[in-house]
Amino acid sequence: MNDVLILGEVIEGSVDTRTLELLEAGKKLGSGLGGGLSVVVLGDKLSEVAEQVASYGPDKVYKLEHPLLKDFKADLWLESLEQVCRQINPKIFLMSHSFIGMELGPRLACRLNTRLTTDCTDLRIDPEDGLLLRTKPVYGGNAISIFKCPAEPQLATVRGNVFTPAEPVDGNGEIVDMVPEINESMIKVESIEVVKEDVVSLDNADVVVAGGAGIGEEDGFEILQDLSKALSKSFGSVMIGCSRVAVDKGWISSDHQVGLTGTMISPDIYIAVGISGAIQHLVGMFHSKKIIAINTDPGCNMFKVADYGVVGDYEKVIPALVKRLEELS
Amino acid sequence: MKELEIIVCAKQIPDPEAPLSDVSMDAEKKEVIVDAPLVISPFDENALEAALLLQEEIDAKVTVLSLGKKVSDTVLRKSLAAGADELILLEDGAFEKLDSHSVACALADAIKKIGEYDLVLTGRQAGDWDSGQVGLILGELLALPCINLAREVKVEDESVVVKKAIPGGYELVRAKMPALVTVSNEVGELRYISRTKMFKMLRGASSIPSWSSEDFVSAQEELQKMGIVELSSPPDMGRNCEFLDGATPDELADKLAAVFKALR
Repeated sequence: MNDVLILGEVIEGSVDTRTLELLEAGKKLGSGLGGGLSVVVLGDKLSEVAEQVASYGPDKVYKLEHPLLKDFKADLWLESLEQVCRQINPKIFLMSHSFIGMELGPRLACRLNTRLTTDCTDLRIDPEDGLLLRTKPVYGGNAISIFKCPAEPQLATVRGNVFTPAEPVDGNGEIVDMVPEINESMIKVESIEVVKEDVVSLDNADVVVAGGAGIGEEDGFEILQDLSKALSKSFGSVMIGCSRVAVDKGWISSDHQVGLTGTMISPDIYIAVGISGAIQHLVGMFHSKKIIAINTDPGCNMFKVADYGVVGDYEKVIPALVKRLEELS
Repeated sequence: MKELEIIVCAKQIPDPEAPLSDVSMDAEKKEVIVDAPLVISPFDENALEAALLLQEEIDAKVTVLSLGKKVSDTVLRKSLAAGADELILLEDGAFEKLDSHSVACALADAIKKIGEYDLVLTGRQAGDWDSGQVGLILGELLALPCINLAREVKVEDESVVVKKAIPGGYELVRAKMPALVTVSNEVGELRYISRTKMFKMLRGASSIPSWSSEDFVSAQEELQKMGIVELSSPPDMGRNCEFLDGATPDELADKLAAVFKALR
């Protein structure tokens, strides 16, 4: 009865919201197959986490406790998950498209000789053959493709914020202890240190002022910073975003990057300055409630997804706007 | 220290910066048609840049591999103009629409044929299918230590030392070479190439080696196609843009300020 297995992720002692989203997705798939839903959690001390996961109603929670599983070490997590899969043979195995899932998914698929679909936005069971249909945006979001592959476990990593998180239910799942056979010699990549940086959490922003290639130089972000300051007097949390090009050019750090490989956001207001609107950027911000674009090129993509457009030179328009906003406040 | 052998895997794709209007779909053939020039996938250019940065510091030979049904040497010669030492095209009709695992198998065979290597670098994901699988699977197939999402790649003695992107910062990690590293865009964009260099490389008489499937693939029967059952257009993202007009920056600023006031 191990039809659907989910990799549970824990953030600061609590089950990650992404995992709850997988639980919801997995429940539907499991009932479609008439089988069960299980979650596997890895770590060094998991009693509380396992109880917490169990309260969301999976049939089983596989608890893999081992001192070496403290913190994410890809080599050991991979080895452990391979052992779990070989032992319980799930038909479907789902992970979040998190940095953990992004790394473990392909490597696990290779070890189990199966095929993975990454960053899925929908999952269904094909009623004809009972196989997993994996929907994934491709070409940066220009097309939607549905993949299917019979090899088991059918592996998918799932995009966040697509499925609603599961709610706790009455009646707990059974917690099953498993001991992975791992040792230090399996660690091929050694961790020297983890460095925390002062990073922005763009998904918490009410307003994002974002710059791209059209900013022209690193100093241009100071003008955006001025606008951000002026707006923060009237709006809640205002943050600076950017396109991938701005990061590639070294103008700003990647925690500001909006888009497919940056942060996917939907703030109240998104102000795109000098961003032409490559599709991989648009998919990261087009859910914003209001979009304002400032660009010199009236034909650029960004105007196609914007509510308000200004064709002009940001270096002239924004300082004038900042002055105006200060007069108003 | 002996010369470091770096292999960079680079995919040729239609320019992912192409405007929406240049992208269409053949639902029957399950193909995305992009009317845009071919380029090296951006993250693979970042991987090449990481290799070239190493080459500046230490004695290193950079070999670029590009696999596909048809690989344009004019597109890939850019890697030579940027500073790579060697380019090998892996071209065969059998490589059309392969799934990630099969691409990785073929690349692994090509790398085994090359024989000597210390570092294999790939982009974190390709700019067309955005799968992010080939690099890591390749590492597994070659039984190499794998490091995902590098922001910076350095070499110290016999090890590669990488700043690996993680939420809220980075993790400094080290692995014995040979190793595989997938590279993210924080490494920086591929260096500027002068027109003279580019022309010299395009007109250069030297022919680029091209290997077909039978030259290097060990199990051609195991190459599998992507299992696509359906391809469709995404939901429309378009909105009706109201263009604010004004003769001067001040007039435009007035109208923008009014928009913000209304949204408050």
